[in-house]
Amino acid sequence: MRHQKIAFVLMVAFFALAPLVLYPVFLMKVMCFALFACAFNLLIGFGGLLSFGHAMFLGTAGYATAHAAKVWGFPTELAILFGTFCSFLLGIVTGALAIRRQGIYFAMITLALAQMLFFFYLQAPFTGGEDGIQAVPRGRLFGLLDLGNIWNMYLTVALVFLGGFLLVFRIIYSPFGHVLQAIRENEPRAISLGYNTTMYKFLAYVISATLAGLAGATKAIVFQLASLTDVHWTMSGEVVLITLLGGMGTVFGPVVGALVIITMENYLAQLGAWVTVVQGAIFVLCVLTFRRGIVGEIANLIRKPL
Amino acid sequence: MTEIFGIPTQALFGQLLIGLINGSFYALLSLGLAVIFGLLNIINFTHGAQYMLGAFCAYLLLNKLGVGYWWSLAAAPLIVGALGVAIERLMLKQLYKLDHLYGLLLTFGLALIIQGVFRNEYGSSGQPYPIPQELTGSRNLGFMFLPIYRAWVIVVSLVVCLGTWFVIEKTKLGAYLRAATENPQLVQAFGINVPLMITLTYGFGVALAAFAGVMAAPIYQVSPQMGSDLIIVVFAVVVIGGMGSIMGSILTGFGLGVIEGLTKVFYPEASNTVIFIIMVLVLLVRPAGLFGAQK
Repeated sequence: MRHQKIAFVLMVAFFALAPLVLYPVFLMKVMCFALFACAFNLLIGFGGLLSFGHAMFLGTAGYATAHAAKVWGFPTELAILFGTFCSFLLGIVTGALAIRRQGIYFAMITLALAQMLFFFYLQAPFTGGEDGIQAVPRGRLFGLLDLGNIWNMYLTVALVFLGGFLLVFRIIYSPFGHVLQAIRENEPRAISLGYNTTMYKFLAYVISATLAGLAGATKAIVFQLASLTDVHWTMSGEVVLITLLGGMGTVFGPVVGALVIITMENYLAQLGAWVTVVQGAIFVLCVLTFRRGIVGEIANLIRKPL
Repeated sequence: MTEIFGIPTQALFGQLLIGLINGSFYALLSLGLAVIFGLLNIINFTHGAQYMLGAFCAYLLLNKLGVGYWWSLAAAPLIVGALGVAIERLMLKQLYKLDHLYGLLLTFGLALIIQGVFRNEYGSSGQPYPIPQELTGSRNLGFMFLPIYRAWVIVVSLVVCLGTWFVIEKTKLGAYLRAATENPQLVQAFGINVPLMITLTYGFGVALAAFAGVMAAPIYQVSPQMGSDLIIVVFAVVVIGGMGSIMGSILTGFGLGVIEGLTKVFYPEASNTVIFIIMVLVLLVRPAGLFGAQK
């Protein structure tokens, strides 16, 4: 626990001091993706369930938040709440379906469900098709804090991210989290001990979906945009990549992964399709030689969980 | 003009034909996925990229070397299949003892690399590929015009699918294969080279995808993205059919193609999503898939 406390303090210090040297918008993007990956990691790293459709939660919450804030004129905090709630509902529906199959099928089903939603959003009138919902108002948080000010926005995103992170941390070390890990390690044994494993997996899925939604809702407010990019399967692949590189099943891995991948994409953006090639190469290298990920390797080195 | 349910027959049969064509590709690809999954326990995410490679192989053979459609139909599956063998030997082989999810992640990464390289080279626009001389033109069947190339695709796909089914279900080689799917250690103990069988099976599955790619080249444009959306639909097809049965994959593939074609006639808005909706319904009613057995 002590090492994790130190790591947590370092992480907070980084996000507090980094805006002095790095662009705050870039850092806010990192935090949104870090929260997204933390949510995803809860499912794969601790529940052993690989969802290949997590973009549907990011994108759905983004669209719902953007629509609520722009068209319905919701105050910002309610718009974010509404977006997150939509992903929560979507998590319940898709979770109830996907949980009916195991392992590899689970990945294919979530991918197919996300693709179905992609086509739905492509055709639905309220999403603006290829243009997306643009110029979403940032508004004032609780009617007080003007989010048009970049530092107010930064503080809000940082608090949302840290809140989400601590929640995931709390869940991992709760009795619920321990049962989840037991199921990942040996499901028949968990069943024989009397746990309703399907219910545990379903709950983990819904929590993960909701938190991914929170990330998407916040992202829509930060960038004032909800677009098809966030529901496309490449986005689902990206969150897998972030988590794999950072370290599946570690607490801090998704944050480190998000920092590395988003930085890389920023620098390689002008290279066009080569970004995809580099992403693919990282996948292959990670799977073949580096399965613990960055944080996992460090944790292994110091022999303490991180 | 004659009509059925208020739809001109020409349009109806036209869409049915397109449905059968799409169904041919669904069947060929899901068959390959099922064969690979049976023995390797890996979902081959690269399948879509390998289908695209098949089409590009034919395109490059024609434009760089002047090799025509008929030779490509044999050469492209061999070339791409050999590439598949290399992938299996160098990479997939290391993952058999690990969680099956790693196979999915690795093949996903490979698909990104292959598609990215081709997108750099050819951009997003499609390249045309001519229909071979012998198969151009169409025939008037009385109720519709049937382009000969499309009829060819359907017939050949059926023959290849049924041939694969025959080999796996009715021959000695197929019996070894099915036995190795059930219990590889035991089959190995009987003196059969199981690792070699695994490699060749992966190569064969990949070759099937490339074969489908060559056949698709004259119908769809040859483009780097042609496989990436298709593979997701094929995953849904596989979930609907269940991967336990070869014949099941074939029937589900063709059946869903036809249903998708009919949706285009009666309710075009849903034509993109109908297969996914069917997947949801099947999951609700028969979670193991239409032809699958719950493990």
